[in-house]
Amino acid sequence: MDFAFTEEHEELRQTVRRFLADKSDEAAVRALMTTDRGYSDEVWTQMAEQMALQGMIVPEQYGGNGFGQVEVAIVMEEMGRSLLCAPYLSTAVFAVNALVEAGSEDARADILPKIAAGQSVATVAITEANGVWDVDAIETKAEQDGDAWRLTGTKAFVLDGHVADVILVAARTSDGVGLFRVEGGADNLTRTLSPTLDLTRKLATLELKGTHATRADGGGDQSAALRKAVDLTVVAITAEQVGGAQMCLDMSTDFAKTRLQFGRPIGSFQAIKHRCADMLVEVEFARSAAYHAAFRAAEDDPETALAVSMAKSYCSEAYFHVAAETIQVHGGMGFTWEHPAHLYFKRAKSTSALFGDPVEHRERVADQLAI
Amino acid sequence: MAHVEMTEEELRQRVRALLEEAHPDKVDQFTFRGKQFDHGLAMVHFPEGLGGLGLNPKMQAIVNDEIRKHAKTFYEDLNVNPIGIGMGAPVVLTHGTEEMKNTLIKRIFTGEDIWCQLFSEPGAGSDVAGLSSRAVRDGDDWVVNGQKVWTTLAHISKWGMLVSRTNPDVPKHKGMSYFLLDMEAPGVDVQPLYQITGEAEFNEVFLNDVRIPNERMLGEEGDGWKVAITTLMNERSALGGGSGRKGGGPVGILMNLWKNHQAAGRSAAAKAVLRDEITQLYIKSELLRLTSQRARAAAKQGNPGPEGSVGKLAQSELYKKVWECGQEVIGADSLVFEAGYELRRPAMEEKQDSLAYAKYQFLRSRANSIEGGTSEIMRNILGERVLGLPGEPRVDKDIAWKDVPRG
Repeated sequence: MDFAFTEEHEELRQTVRRFLADKSDEAAVRALMTTDRGYSDEVWTQMAEQMALQGMIVPEQYGGNGFGQVEVAIVMEEMGRSLLCAPYLSTAVFAVNALVEAGSEDARADILPKIAAGQSVATVAITEANGVWDVDAIETKAEQDGDAWRLTGTKAFVLDGHVADVILVAARTSDGVGLFRVEGGADNLTRTLSPTLDLTRKLATLELKGTHATRADGGGDQSAALRKAVDLTVVAITAEQVGGAQMCLDMSTDFAKTRLQFGRPIGSFQAIKHRCADMLVEVEFARSAAYHAAFRAAEDDPETALAVSMAKSYCSEAYFHVAAETIQVHGGMGFTWEHPAHLYFKRAKSTSALFGDPVEHRERVADQLAI
Repeated sequence: MAHVEMTEEELRQRVRALLEEAHPDKVDQFTFRGKQFDHGLAMVHFPEGLGGLGLNPKMQAIVNDEIRKHAKTFYEDLNVNPIGIGMGAPVVLTHGTEEMKNTLIKRIFTGEDIWCQLFSEPGAGSDVAGLSSRAVRDGDDWVVNGQKVWTTLAHISKWGMLVSRTNPDVPKHKGMSYFLLDMEAPGVDVQPLYQITGEAEFNEVFLNDVRIPNERMLGEEGDGWKVAITTLMNERSALGGGSGRKGGGPVGILMNLWKNHQAAGRSAAAKAVLRDEITQLYIKSELLRLTSQRARAAAKQGNPGPEGSVGKLAQSELYKKVWECGQEVIGADSLVFEAGYELRRPAMEEKQDSLAYAKYQFLRSRANSIEGGTSEIMRNILGERVLGLPGEPRVDKDIAWKDVPRG
């Protein structure tokens, strides 16, 4: 493991950072987060047409860039920094990972080019009301109905499920767990936008009542493939956490340099300085964890799952703690609606709870290490 | 300073020539290292005639590699004379007279003369520049009185690097001078300093009317602080490595304790709590290691960032927690300390897989966040040098040392 970032990686980071500084500043985030849709069609289109971001990990034969987990991690880190409001994690990461790992040739050929072109919003629905991001917990049933299938069950915490054009639903068949395609506007599908703790990331509950679906996988049990798709998506979310945490640290240190109390900058007080130093350690450890997971995943290393769970556990807690400390360092101002600290604080908590919280992931680490 | 160019092969040839003349498996340490010095292979970046060849210091690794290839015996500088080689030789080279260079450096390298560093005092720990041992001029000598503390190797040292106050009427950094102290001189009294484990790794050194000839001052009068900091070993980065193999180090020992020595009779719920604690410590230990790897990769690419600065703080705080957890894993048996507290010099290394080792480290690790820069000082450094936060207002900066309150 040599953390071999290249000059191209740095260029990618700078390009994405510039784009997001322009398109996803705080005012844009605040405007979008209070809408039900939660994103801007215009920026979404520009992301695809000018930046080719949606196609980062879409294989080249389906119109994408064919990049790997390291590159998408860089993009996600920058999105985490700017709190971009867009269905990127759901569409360009989770749905693409699910299709690449579990999708049939037909499904890939049909959906991936539209994702890469920014013409389709897609998501994956695995988790149900029990809040477990593992295929074993799936109760939603798929029953064959001629050439098609009928899905029955309730999916919860579905990323951008209220606006997705294509929903990839993991459901149980007599052969195990399969991946099914449901159209966003299908009959017998009720999509309810959840009132979320984190306004910058939209979640929906989907009720499937014999909803029409087609098989998006090649048949049989897709449990292992879907687990891998989830793991790869977690890699991206840990990178997002690093970006957010770094932004919080930057805000805190900038503030500590300029805020004067008792006739001096508050950052000259060790009570504040030492908090910031501890935040720095956490950010750097989180960065190591997320990059390590990304490089392992990119190499398809057998220890990817371990690296992913280590990263999800650590980055979640680090981001949350750094965001919480950011409120504290900013004092009363940090508690106001006007200050962005709460946006990061809420994003930190939502990314922690999504895809398995730190306790869940530590349990996976402990299992794999036989602790 | 420009380095002399030499190919790797030529250097290796010189090592082989040395080994033909003196082989470490056949002659003693002083003889072999004396010859190594004469061949310029002791510290290759030193000048010719003073143990080196004027090469890039990185090339020492080639020399060491070639010796290891041909000999079973290899004398590590860190075992031979860590402070002498790390600090003594460079300070003599930079600030010493020709006579000092010619008489002292070789004996440092061979280990015939062990060296120690006399900086810290009971009243000057983190604020070492506030030290109060006094050197007063008397004819051609300086007469020194005071006390030094935490002095590694003082009890077997021939020479000490002493910083002492020569002018109390100027601000603290400006009133110190740097001396070479003959540790056998009258008035030098070395006493073991027993620590939390009962051992004495360190010493206290009492200086009572110790006379030092004026020519043993290194640098000018009042330059003691500058001389000290320009030659300080990079102790802080040396202490924060976190390198090594995956799952190794203290957390590897903790996991072995968990497998082999956990207290019997714990409830399943209690085990689950400890299991999560161990897992957290495993993850942090891995991230310490990976952060250090990331720092090396970044340095290699010429892009060093903050990742290289967090190691010392993170490691010392983490290791304390690991050994605390070790005691929890052991449970009631942690009440027993089989090694005992006989006051003595460190004698033996406990086997790393033994309970006694874990219990010993539980005590020894308390020093991790104190030695080589306390965690509080490290947080100041991270805050000020990495994050750019303003410094604490200094109340002692512009006033005479004698007027600064201390205690």
